[in-house]
Amino acid sequence: MTIELLRAIGDQVAAAFPQDVTDTTIGHGELMVTVKRGAVVRLLAYLRDDPTCLFQMLLDVCGVDHPERAERFDVVYNLLSLKHNLRVRVKATTDEENPVPSVTALFSTAGWFERETWDLYGIYFSDHPDLRRILTDYGFEGHPLRKDFPLTGYVELRYDEAQKRVVYEPVKLKQEFRSFDFLSPWEGMNSVLPGDEKAKREDGK
Amino acid sequence: MSADGSDIPAAQALIKSFTMNFGPQHPAAHGVLRLVLEMDGETVERADPHIGLLHRGTEKLIEYKTYLQAVPYFDRLDYVSPMCQEHAYALAVEKLLGIDPPPRAKMIRVLFSEITRILNHLLNLTAFALDVGAITPLLWGFEEREKLMEFYERVSGARLHSAYFRPGGVQLDLPAGMIDDIYGFIEQFPARIADLEHLLTENRIFKQRTVDIGIVSAKDAIDWGFTGPMLRGSGVAWDLRKSQPYDSYAEMDFDIPIGKNGDCWDRYLVRMEEMKQSLRIMKQALDKMPGGPVRVNDRKVMPPPREEMKSSMEALIHHFKLYTEGYHVPAGETYTAVEAPKGEFGVYLIADGSNKPYRCKIRAPGFAFLQGLDFMSRGHMLADVVAIIGSMDIVFGEVDR
Repeated sequence: MTIELLRAIGDQVAAAFPQDVTDTTIGHGELMVTVKRGAVVRLLAYLRDDPTCLFQMLLDVCGVDHPERAERFDVVYNLLSLKHNLRVRVKATTDEENPVPSVTALFSTAGWFERETWDLYGIYFSDHPDLRRILTDYGFEGHPLRKDFPLTGYVELRYDEAQKRVVYEPVKLKQEFRSFDFLSPWEGMNSVLPGDEKAKREDGK
Repeated sequence: MSADGSDIPAAQALIKSFTMNFGPQHPAAHGVLRLVLEMDGETVERADPHIGLLHRGTEKLIEYKTYLQAVPYFDRLDYVSPMCQEHAYALAVEKLLGIDPPPRAKMIRVLFSEITRILNHLLNLTAFALDVGAITPLLWGFEEREKLMEFYERVSGARLHSAYFRPGGVQLDLPAGMIDDIYGFIEQFPARIADLEHLLTENRIFKQRTVDIGIVSAKDAIDWGFTGPMLRGSGVAWDLRKSQPYDSYAEMDFDIPIGKNGDCWDRYLVRMEEMKQSLRIMKQALDKMPGGPVRVNDRKVMPPPREEMKSSMEALIHHFKLYTEGYHVPAGETYTAVEAPKGEFGVYLIADGSNKPYRCKIRAPGFAFLQGLDFMSRGHMLADVVAIIGSMDIVFGEVDR
């Protein structure tokens, strides 16, 4: 029932924005609309105001990092329709330079969520009224949720008794950060153990 | 204050708005909130909350942990309603894994979600009352909270950070005698609610501090992404337990209280009534509690029971693999939300087929509320800001993550 409604909305949106909506998929009972970033504002306005959609509540804006892609970031909007009791997810891609248009004019709540996305991923939002860092420290450098930002960060801080203030220093680990390879030798292993490639070559010849 | 310069217009023109720093450590800020307030005398012109002082990088840490190791991080977000957040995460992982926990686990989850709701509202309402000048409710409320945390401890071993709801069910079955004790709690608690209501609801001072303070219209509440009692206080009947029921909520019979004016007092009343409704749900959950297992019978997700591990090599291997490598979740993504006591708590989880989440975005209700502080407090007195923060039910663990 819900799936059919979502599918109908997906088709309707794809028909309304033939140039901009690149994909609509339904996975795990949830509709996801992929859109070109230039059309984000128009699409969200349509989803908010169209009587069959009425996704009036923007619950969440967040970023996702895929460093291997040309446009490495996804910006994901989660919307909820109180009227029709449906959810939709809108996704747009961008990179470090190109800004995504801000949707603060449509949804006041987007302000902090976009600030957070900027803070943690370094994704620019154009026309945002107040694009400052929000979660990280004053004067923080870098964007911590990027996949190439190390878990331990770059700096650590301590109180310096001589200077009577908190000082930042490069992070020093007592033990190297350990990343375990969990690929199991018992099940689900696809890689080749060192030495095995010789056996294969002989077989092939 | 304003009477001072009323007959000297020249002096009045000199009064400039000034900026005031509220926090980061302030007893009425419910945590580490730094508020930069632009004041015109005693009136707030602009409020700029500076958050992030409790930022611990939960989302980043979760990306480096297995799915099971990520569960305890959810306790530490909103530390007064831990189980509801585990619930959202457990539901999200279950959705991606395509597993369905057994009926008893679902009922236990509903039971403990409602215990958590009372736990949360007891803290919020009484701390709110403390913020506006009443100390007794806090002392009374904490006695009841202690009883509820005892249930937490008996079922999970920890009073606060329980890590009890796991993907695939719950960690342990209810211990013997627990159901009777919860019945006992349900018997005696309405009298305690009545005590609190007697102290607060029609209290003249309390009403002077809360009625018509921080009014949020239904339109504003939707526009600012408010959920939970903040939305219901403004008259929007929206509750995920009713509209998108998860686990066993569809079987439960309960009402959703809504407010009329959307002021601090309405939100107080909504929460008060929600506690009574939670008791109703708890009672039904206990009455309907089915028997059977509390975890999915899938050894690739949930570990085997202890006694089996003493004799079965296979069980031992499963246990070892689950607690070192963990399970692999098939690639996919989901946004799953539950009605946490504060509002909609959502988990946007992306799995890439490995044993660790690729991305886990946590949508905390308090984050959206705090953003609304600016428009809610504009034109109010400084003391009202404290009342508004109290009625928003802010906990910095979830706002800062």
